[in-house]
Amino acid sequence: MEVKEMTCIRCPMGCRLTVTKDGDNYTVTGNTCKRGEEYGIQEMSCPMRVVTTSVRVIGGVRPVCSCKTADSVPKAAIDDVLKALAQLRPVAPITIGQVLAEDIAGTGVSLVATANNRAAN
Amino acid sequence: MKKFVDIAVIGGGPAGLAAALEAWRAQPELNILIIERDHEPGGILQQCIHNGFGLHFFGEELTGPEYAGRFIAEVKKTSIEIMTDTMVLELNNERKILAVSAENGLIEIEAKAVVLAMGCRERTRGALNIPGSRPAGVYTAGCAQRLVNMEGYMPGKKVVILGSGDIGLIMARRMTWEGAKVEVVAELMPFSSGLNRNIVQCLVDNNIPLKFNHTVVRVDGRERVEAVTIAEVDPATKRPIPGTEETYECDTLLLSVGLIPENELTNGAGVEMDRITSGAVVDETRQTSIPGVFACGNVLHVHDLVDNVSNEAKLAGLSAAQYVAGGEKKVEKYHSVNATNGVRYAVPQRISADASGKLDVYFRVGNAYRPAKLVVRCGEEVLATRRKAIMTPGEMEKITLDADKITGDITLEMEA
Amino acid sequence: MSATNYDVAVIGAGVVGCAIARQLSRYQLKLALIDAAEDVAMGASRANSAIVHAGYDCPPGSVEARLNVKGNAMYDAWCADLDVPIQRIGSLVIGFDEQDEKVLEELYDRGIKNGVPGMELISGDRAREIEPSLSGEVTKALYAATGAISCPYQMTIACAENAKENGCEWLLGHPVTEMKVVDGVVEITMGEEKITAKHVVNAAGVFADEVSAMLGDSSFTVSPRKGEYMLLDRTATSVKTVIFQTPSKLGKGVLVAPTVDGNMFAGPTAVNQTDKLDTSVSQEGIDQLSALSRKSVPTINLRSVITSFAGVRAQPSTGDFIIQISEVCPQLIQAAGICSPGLTSAPAIAEEVDSLLRKAGAELVEKEDYNPIRKAIPEFRHLSNEERTQLIEKDSRYGRIICRCETITEGEIVEAIRRGARSLDGVKRRTRAGMGRCQGGFCGPRVMEILSRELGIPMTELTKFGGNSRLLTGVLKED
Repeated sequence: MEVKEMTCIRCPMGCRLTVTKDGDNYTVTGNTCKRGEEYGIQEMSCPMRVVTTSVRVIGGVRPVCSCKTADSVPKAAIDDVLKALAQLRPVAPITIGQVLAEDIAGTGVSLVATANNRAAN
Repeated sequence: MKKFVDIAVIGGGPAGLAAALEAWRAQPELNILIIERDHEPGGILQQCIHNGFGLHFFGEELTGPEYAGRFIAEVKKTSIEIMTDTMVLELNNERKILAVSAENGLIEIEAKAVVLAMGCRERTRGALNIPGSRPAGVYTAGCAQRLVNMEGYMPGKKVVILGSGDIGLIMARRMTWEGAKVEVVAELMPFSSGLNRNIVQCLVDNNIPLKFNHTVVRVDGRERVEAVTIAEVDPATKRPIPGTEETYECDTLLLSVGLIPENELTNGAGVEMDRITSGAVVDETRQTSIPGVFACGNVLHVHDLVDNVSNEAKLAGLSAAQYVAGGEKKVEKYHSVNATNGVRYAVPQRISADASGKLDVYFRVGNAYRPAKLVVRCGEEVLATRRKAIMTPGEMEKITLDADKITGDITLEMEA
Repeated sequence: MSATNYDVAVIGAGVVGCAIARQLSRYQLKLALIDAAEDVAMGASRANSAIVHAGYDCPPGSVEARLNVKGNAMYDAWCADLDVPIQRIGSLVIGFDEQDEKVLEELYDRGIKNGVPGMELISGDRAREIEPSLSGEVTKALYAATGAISCPYQMTIACAENAKENGCEWLLGHPVTEMKVVDGVVEITMGEEKITAKHVVNAAGVFADEVSAMLGDSSFTVSPRKGEYMLLDRTATSVKTVIFQTPSKLGKGVLVAPTVDGNMFAGPTAVNQTDKLDTSVSQEGIDQLSALSRKSVPTINLRSVITSFAGVRAQPSTGDFIIQISEVCPQLIQAAGICSPGLTSAPAIAEEVDSLLRKAGAELVEKEDYNPIRKAIPEFRHLSNEERTQLIEKDSRYGRIICRCETITEGEIVEAIRRGARSLDGVKRRTRAGMGRCQGGFCGPRVMEILSRELGIPMTELTKFGGNSRLLTGVLKED
């Protein structure tokens, strides 16, 4: 059995949840609504995060370009995602939405640019 | 250089872009100009590369540059002109603007209507009077954010953060993800002005402690920051409690201690100001005390969600377009909107007597209320009540009123 | 290795050293201005009261009394030549009770003995006519019409620039590590580098005793005394005159005054310490200043504080300025122990050193092409629109605003770098970029980019004020 305390972030209430995992069964207490229960179970079973950061760019007006994982990735995979994208050196011009890497760090999620970066002349 | 325009929008951030766009949509034949001091429009959003923007406005989660990008793309499809790298030096009470750029030199602009959308700036160390030495390595969180996200540099490796405003929380995660160690976040108040989501995903996720009722009492280091000492404060007096000092060895102190509307131009024009919001006093159309001058976004009052900025800016932009199209309409009488008993401020601060239909009043409470009950009265009559499980100073609240029911000055107050 | 030979080396690039360098640059001399810091005005000249004192508080008969009164009278001409601001706004020393009133009378008597013109003992009511924001509790005041405000670092920078213009070489970032007299000339070692000088002028501020001791003269010591200040925003209700409280043993009393830039400030505290470089600000200091400035001006808005800072004054063991040919080493001329009123006295000290050099046997022959005029960097914010337009037409960088709080253009920043700024603070002192209410939060990264570009050094090597005051710790994802 595993017990974890956490703050629900689904609304500004910020309920203090206690989530208990017993085999495949989850119980959430402290929540005041259904969304809190969902959040607690998700955070206990497999917390997911969108990674928003930047990559170094070659030949752009700015030396870096902001990017994000197109979807959320397991929290446990964040470090691997950061390590993998630190090696990327895309070449300007880069446009919003451009895929910078597919399946970043084996997460099955692609990394996309979130800003434009024109080529420096 | 001289220019005559129908609407001049000062500031090309989220507020300015949305205001210009909405004005154009209402009156596409109008000659609309956005004046932006940076190389590109988008304002502070360009350096806010984290997500969480747009849930209300676009129904999806975007990063700052993406959110700005949507507006920029829309503006580019219109006849709206954007002057970048251009700084406004002066605005007078006849809506004459003096601006300057390297390309055009001095530019005199006469506008039939002006929308103020200059945003806000960060409070600094000086404003807090933090004792200690004055070394390199003390940055406001937003300044550090620009260095990291726009310029690609690391301002420090071991960091203490004072203030748990959203930018500070975001930078705690940002610096951690770039290899820095964030030692602690100290917050003077017993609560955070940042969003819960940021506390969880930026601090808790990265095992960064958040200490409420704490402040920085000393900075050490002759050339570069070498240590920062924090101490617990007495919640009532906010004075440090002797003996509670803890010293963290670090090379950087980031400050996230509040935002102040950037109203130097507004003051210069002689616009009536609200001492609490540090922004202009406006009516329900977001018109200031100078006819034809409107204000929206963080220059009016500091928002926590850009979605609200966009909505407010749309209103200001629409009002400016109507003002230009309809000519100056003298408002005969205003009812004032008074914030009392736990409500820190309300925007708009006044409502014209002939206003009609639904209108939204935005407000902030001065303390955490749980449960919270807001009551809006006009004289003895209760116009509206809003109950929530919780209201905190960090979260801007909104209440919708029926303007037709407003027959005199109204009061917003918290009730038990 | 052959060393460069100078006629005169001035050690210390504060206001005193720079004023001396400027004075000597009119002569046919090979002249060096040396400082350990990488910029001028890095010690007491960076942070002090900015007051051109009338001269009533120096002990009669002292060197400082004589040079204060003389220096005050010289200020207008120096400021006019050097394009440095000075405002003769007058000063008030205020008294709250009988004891204070006695002190005021003593000060007045001293002033008469020192030859201070334009003094008057006035009633509290009269004082409030001159300065309406003054406390109603003030019973009497000493008014001095010659009291003025200027800017210590601008004066220092202007003197240094004018000296350079007239051929003086700057050896900044050169800490003197050793000196000895060889064949009648002084050999000066600065780390790896060595120069010689026929005469050395010691204007090394708090380090003057150490510099003197290198040449065997340990006849005095200098101890650091810290003064803390608070700077208020321009929107703060300002005062019109310099308002002192009655002096104590430690100094001239806390003052509230406007600055030449239109801000208001309060200070200094007076804290004796052992560390010559400690310019940290204490909570006690802030509290003390808040209380004392409120006593003088009850309406002072302390919420409008932009920043607080501290400077260290050089307190001589002799109790007076030490301006003389060293009795131990005839090649050494002391301009040491210059505590307050150092800023005021600097021009007079420079002339004094001039005559001491002659006495010491230096041949001082005027240059034909000596130019006493130095122009300040154009200040976009103070120009008329016609002037602004002309300036931008000549150099479009004057149309790009970098510091939004103080309205400072890229043109001004580039010019400051051309004149010697190498750090963020160097740019700030020369242009005011970063001195406003946002304290560089907005313009800091932009000024850094310009510094990097103009100096041709990477961003990661830029400093706040030289040495190891690095602004950045690395490049993203490139460690």
